[in-house]
Amino acid sequence: MSGAFGRTIGEIHSLVTSGQASAAEICGAHLRRAREVEPRVKAFRTLLDEDALRQAEAVDRDRREGRPLGPLAGVPIAVKDVLCTRGVPTTCGSRILKGFVPAYDATCVARLRRAGAVIVGKTNMDEFAMGSSTENSAYEKTCNPWALDHVPGGSSGGSAAAVAAGEVAASLGTDTGGSIRQPAAFCGVAGMKPTYGRVSRYGLVAFASSLDQVGPFGVTVEDVARVLQVIAGHDPNDSTSSPQPVPDYLKALGKGAAGLRIGVPAEYFREGLTPEVETAVQSALKSAERLGARLEEISLPHTEYAIPTYYIIATAEASSNLARYDGVRYGHRARGAMQMGPLYVRTRTEGFGEEVKRRIMLGTYVLSSGYYDAYYLKGQKVRTLIRRDFDLAFEKVDVIVTPTSPTPAFRFGDKVDDPLSMYLSDIFTVTINLAGLPGISIPCGLTRERLPVGLQVIGRPFDEETVLRLAAALEGALKFRDHRPPLDGTS
Amino acid sequence: MAIGKDEVRHIAKLANLEFSEDELGRFTQQFNSIVEYVARLNALDTADIPPTSHVGGGSHALRDDTLVPSMPREEALANAPESERGHFKVPKVIG
Repeated sequence: MSGAFGRTIGEIHSLVTSGQASAAEICGAHLRRAREVEPRVKAFRTLLDEDALRQAEAVDRDRREGRPLGPLAGVPIAVKDVLCTRGVPTTCGSRILKGFVPAYDATCVARLRRAGAVIVGKTNMDEFAMGSSTENSAYEKTCNPWALDHVPGGSSGGSAAAVAAGEVAASLGTDTGGSIRQPAAFCGVAGMKPTYGRVSRYGLVAFASSLDQVGPFGVTVEDVARVLQVIAGHDPNDSTSSPQPVPDYLKALGKGAAGLRIGVPAEYFREGLTPEVETAVQSALKSAERLGARLEEISLPHTEYAIPTYYIIATAEASSNLARYDGVRYGHRARGAMQMGPLYVRTRTEGFGEEVKRRIMLGTYVLSSGYYDAYYLKGQKVRTLIRRDFDLAFEKVDVIVTPTSPTPAFRFGDKVDDPLSMYLSDIFTVTINLAGLPGISIPCGLTRERLPVGLQVIGRPFDEETVLRLAAALEGALKFRDHRPPLDGTS
Repeated sequence: MAIGKDEVRHIAKLANLEFSEDELGRFTQQFNSIVEYVARLNALDTADIPPTSHVGGGSHALRDDTLVPSMPREEALANAPESERGHFKVPKVIG
């Protein structure tokens, strides 16, 4: 059936469960769409043609034989190449993991499968999730479906672009400093970083363990909620996952924005904010007021310290996590080394790309003897101040709304030679990783160049419900889905 | 405080990485600008502020001490660059 791609999860679910379309037809339509646009978009590292169809046929068989169907039955979903998938290569966008085939599924992937989702493939990303443009992938550059000479954002650029291009109904990404929300903003889709501890990270290749979180991308807020519903919850294999019960997220969606107190932090509307981004976000805030929400100016005074704090903590944790890549148990091994020391050095020097090396070096430096207190401990203390800013703000308001990124998508090459300017692309997103809060980016408008602008909704810890509620209300008012990326020459 | 090439070389050694002279020069420059940027945290007085090491809502629970099946040895070795007789094979450790 043509036109099967571009549908929401709810639509696919009712088509499949009612028998109006088979999961195999839905899967086939998305695979055809992927083959059509992949030469231009390059969102995928691995596209699972036959395997995906087999998964879909298993869903159809369950239906025919009267077995219960899961909440994502027949929904084609892509998974960022940083999450382990049994029997499917998982590279993290790095040469050092070329050819690595995990022996098990990450818990979130296993939960998708149990819910009946069809895993269509693995998506491209910045190497080890370090980057804001997906240009740091060791393999290929993913293009923004809205403008192919622009980046899709990063590090989950492939997962965002695959959803924006209609190749899958939803996808999983990971977010350490904005890696779901910023590409969602750049690609005009919804993307959520849940509260730290809400989703299991078992089977996620670690970057910065006190910040990393898995979350969904979807075309609509409801789709994001449906995927979150499946992947959220405690996992005995991840002791940082929370035992807090998972509420019914879909129920939160219809409640509207009336009565919500929205905090608007002055610090997020200052220098460096592109005027078109500011206009789009301000106009969305006016819509929120019309829906009955109340706006309150708030202050998050330590915002300007978030990026330096993030780059101390994230690199320190990365230097420790990435010590495991030594050429012994998996991944690349340098040839011809006769002793262990040189084997480690040559394996890592050959296997890691430049940005990863830069961050391992910075992390090693801030943890090294004589500098630990000055940098790492200092960073952890400022992290406390950033958390307290949010604690205070949430005494007065229910949610906070900000731009997701100070600019829309930029062109390839614009920032690759200047690491600092690339880091600043995450200035509005890193704070909530440091504070462990949930946040979503939804599209709120287009620039004159027809590039999407993202708006971020931030909530209290484990209050994904209010975040989704406001995001859904705004989505209904803003009607961004009327716009489509110009991939078909029809928009 | 500027960081020199020698110090960058020392950090590289700690991180088990190696750089060519060219790379080392570029890295030293970028390293200095990042470290200088990061040093703006010194503007804040944090003497009485406790550090945050994690923001966990996790359980940190210990599980019951019961045996559960673990990954079969062949699977654990399947990704090894070299293995022999059920072990990871590496070059000589002591020269």
